Amino acid sequence: MTEFFQSLGMSYEWAWFVATVSGVLLIALPLMLAVAMVIYVDRKVLGAIMMRRGPNVVGPFGLLQSFADGLKVFLQETIIPSAANKGIFLLAPIITFTVALAAWAVIPFDAGVVLADINVGLLYILAISSLGVYGVVMSGWASNSKYPFFSAMRAAAQMISYEVSIGFVLVCVVLFAGTFNMSGIVMAQKGHGLGFINGFFVNPLLFPMFVVFFISALAETARAPFDLTEAESELVAGYQTEYSSMSFALFWLGEYANILLMCSLCTLLFMGGWLPPVEWAPLYYVPGIIWFMLKTFFFFFLFSWIWATVPRYRYDQLMRLGWKVFLPMSLVFVALISGYLMATGHFTGASA
Amino acid sequence: MIQTLAFYLFASLVIASAVMVIMARNPVHSVLWLILAFFNAAGLMVLVGAEFIAMLLVIVYVGAVAVLFLFVVMMLNIDFAEMRAGFINNVPLGLLIALILLVELIMGVGAWSAGGIALGTPDGSAAQGLGQSNIEAVGALLYGKYVFLFEVAGIILLVAMIGAIVLTHRQRPEGARGHQDIGKQIRRRPQDATVLKNPDVGEGVEL
Repeated sequence: MTEFFQSLGMSYEWAWFVATVSGVLLIALPLMLAVAMVIYVDRKVLGAIMMRRGPNVVGPFGLLQSFADGLKVFLQETIIPSAANKGIFLLAPIITFTVALAAWAVIPFDAGVVLADINVGLLYILAISSLGVYGVVMSGWASNSKYPFFSAMRAAAQMISYEVSIGFVLVCVVLFAGTFNMSGIVMAQKGHGLGFINGFFVNPLLFPMFVVFFISALAETARAPFDLTEAESELVAGYQTEYSSMSFALFWLGEYANILLMCSLCTLLFMGGWLPPVEWAPLYYVPGIIWFMLKTFFFFFLFSWIWATVPRYRYDQLMRLGWKVFLPMSLVFVALISGYLMATGHFTGASA
Repeated sequence: MIQTLAFYLFASLVIASAVMVIMARNPVHSVLWLILAFFNAAGLMVLVGAEFIAMLLVIVYVGAVAVLFLFVVMMLNIDFAEMRAGFINNVPLGLLIALILLVELIMGVGAWSAGGIALGTPDGSAAQGLGQSNIEAVGALLYGKYVFLFEVAGIILLVAMIGAIVLTHRQRPEGARGHQDIGKQIRRRPQDATVLKNPDVGEGVEL
């Protein structure tokens, strides 16, 4: 895009600046739209599984429900508790929202369609997603209220626990791909399964890691069955209890943007990103971004399906699953995979 | 031009937030300023072309260490009056440490400006082999030249971790309060735990 703006007669620096800003807008605005639609899908799926109708009043099929909700929230009064730590109270939702958007900078939607094609893309995502916990912890503390504080403590422990196993899963993927670059990881999956299936998930060594990653993604985004941070029956609404109006909406949007991010990470790391499911020439006529969105949407459907189906974990079970099951398992698989790759001479290639 | 602006932005923010870490009255605010300082230091790392180190700084310090700091500080109920009472007693020690750090800083800058050991040029080009990415360069050094030291550091950390676990781990004997047998919990079925009784009118239930 920089070249396009340069061709309009701008200097390189200005062209770069304008191109980056418009790239950010090109990602953030459709993403917000996608979040609104995905909230609608979430409620529809939940309704269908519970044999209800779900939202069906606003707009055709209730499609505009999220926008109506957004408008309602926008017109509400912002209430700040008098005992709250005001600055941090207002900063917390902003951090959650910003962090949720920032990670999308390195997500490739199609071949070459990525805002920042950096070498350490996967590490960047790991770094940014580890910041997500601050919004929750700060809001819980600044609210100066018992339930949000409990929720913040739970969230901090939970997110740290599952980040560890996510890190090891990413190491496994990186070992196979030989690069931290997101586009490189997707291209490494081309024809990975028997020469015609695109995706790491068919690899018997990586499939268990795929499952671990998916479950950890549920825990990382605090979705059911790991939604202990906002368990309605115990903590009112968790860290969001004291929030209203736009500050609440920012949490809401950030949460769903994070869920979409985790779904797209599953897609990029294990399902072959923008590549069609199998190597068959006619499938390449479908634009890559369509494949990417279809796969991401599939994972989002799994998220809502799980939400509607399973009961909530007990807190000690959650910790046990993270530290005593996933961590040793992913550690063993890191050793196994690197051993396998050494034995088969994978590292004698160009990437060594 | 942009690099210079970014450098001064990050550098001044690092210093300002580092000052705020010790100036803030609320310890939670201190930790949050510390996080900002880490973050801007990561920005400086990116500017010198060490993006791998920058990401590690954010993942390790901001993502894990500072969260634990925040966790602990939030839980503590700190009495500010008591904290300030001890301030005068600690001033000499604090001044000593500040002096040592100042001398080190001056010596470091002096050695660098005198052109001592060339560890790397500010743009990072000398630190890296040609056509090598950041990660490859660090990996080649850690697992090649310094592999022994690296492994030793790893073993020390492992021993420390095992030591901490051994010190805090407490196996609760069977039957004691808090004892858990996960397998037993999972094997438990409704028919083992509940019985359906249908007592006659006026009759009790024998448990």
